[in-house]
Amino acid sequence: MEKKSSSLVYKGWCIFSKDLKSELRNRYALNALLMFAVTTLVAVSFAVGQFGLGENLLAALFWIVIFFSALSGLAQTFIKEEETKTASTLKLVASASSIYLGKLTFNIALLLALEVVIVPLFFLLSNVGGANLLLFFAVLILASLGLAAATTLIAAMVSKAAVKGALFAALSFPILLPLLVTAIQGTELSFKGEAFMSGFSELKVLLSYLVVMLVASLMLFDFVWSE
Amino acid sequence: MSNAQIKISGLSKSFDGRRVLSNISQQINEGECLVITGPNGSGKTTLLRIMAGLLRPGEGSVQYFLEDSILEREKLKGNLSLVSADLALYDELTALENLHFLSRIQDCHFSEEELVQRLSEFGLTERGNDLVGSFSSGMKQRLKYFCALLKEPKFLLLDEPTANLDEEGVRLVDEIIRSQKRDGIVVLATNESSELDYGEKVLQLGL
Repeated sequence: MEKKSSSLVYKGWCIFSKDLKSELRNRYALNALLMFAVTTLVAVSFAVGQFGLGENLLAALFWIVIFFSALSGLAQTFIKEEETKTASTLKLVASASSIYLGKLTFNIALLLALEVVIVPLFFLLSNVGGANLLLFFAVLILASLGLAAATTLIAAMVSKAAVKGALFAALSFPILLPLLVTAIQGTELSFKGEAFMSGFSELKVLLSYLVVMLVASLMLFDFVWSE
Repeated sequence: MSNAQIKISGLSKSFDGRRVLSNISQQINEGECLVITGPNGSGKTTLLRIMAGLLRPGEGSVQYFLEDSILEREKLKGNLSLVSADLALYDELTALENLHFLSRIQDCHFSEEELVQRLSEFGLTERGNDLVGSFSSGMKQRLKYFCALLKEPKFLLLDEPTANLDEEGVRLVDEIIRSQKRDGIVVLATNESSELDYGEKVLQLGL
């Protein structure tokens, strides 16, 4: 046996690889996420398709689908560890920061997998024409990273609670509201085909939110995860 | 000698107003085994979980020493292992995947050949590529021992160490406890009267 100290990033990567392998075998979170997103998107598109909605409503609908799908799937990464009694094993062998990094990377991967399916489907069903795709993807990526950063921390907080679903929604709403509102505004601008710079202030807010959430999570995660 | 030592000072713990542990103090030195015994619900597992850092004590403290200096939490993780029914392995991963994950995350780097070879020492020959979910409870327990010993811990905590094990498994645990006592400290919680003999010190709970 060789004993050498590995970096935080390597240990985070080990946790991410372990979670990805588990997920690919049992589809614990991915199925919940995709089913919710596709069902909601298709139902909403058929219901409102005939009315030719404005860009503001389309942007709101897009983020509602992403937001509620995220709520249904992203918490699973910690809840599963608690339910299968592997959370204590993880606590004994890994530092809190490496666990947060691993789980965050896994949630980002889940969210990106969801968006690979949802974004083309949304454009197909909603008749958004002349959108500024550069601005759209910039908003999508920053908001997704912020969403993953926040939900990872909240998921760790609620994983030990008895009423996980209700608590997750109650805690997520005030924390994610600024992100959601800004993401909707940025997406609306992109759907209107506005220039990239017109959405610059929204991108700055999303980037700031992401940085604040990452720093706060890394500082708080140890307390949240310890007991 | 590395002067490993555990000091438990005035430890108490309550759940919902019910006192489970009350003012427990012990000192365990290198080469010793502390056996914790007592009826069901007397707090044996709770004490082990507090000692492993999985639960906070209500009052008092548990301190670990190595080479005369106190071990901080992160450093302690590299020197302490717990085997318990409350700690599970990943059912959806194979035995070898579990071992690779747990060794890498704890900075112990084994080659595939080393792990396969050592699996046989734990009576799990040719089961390395099977999913842990398909293992019997006894086989899971054996694999837990392998995982716990990967980092060669100075402090080994065992909760009901021979639960689910057959005769051969019990002999394996006997070897592990005797070997660990030569190089470190063992704390075990049990109701088996035959396991009381391991202890230089016995802590009776629930009196």
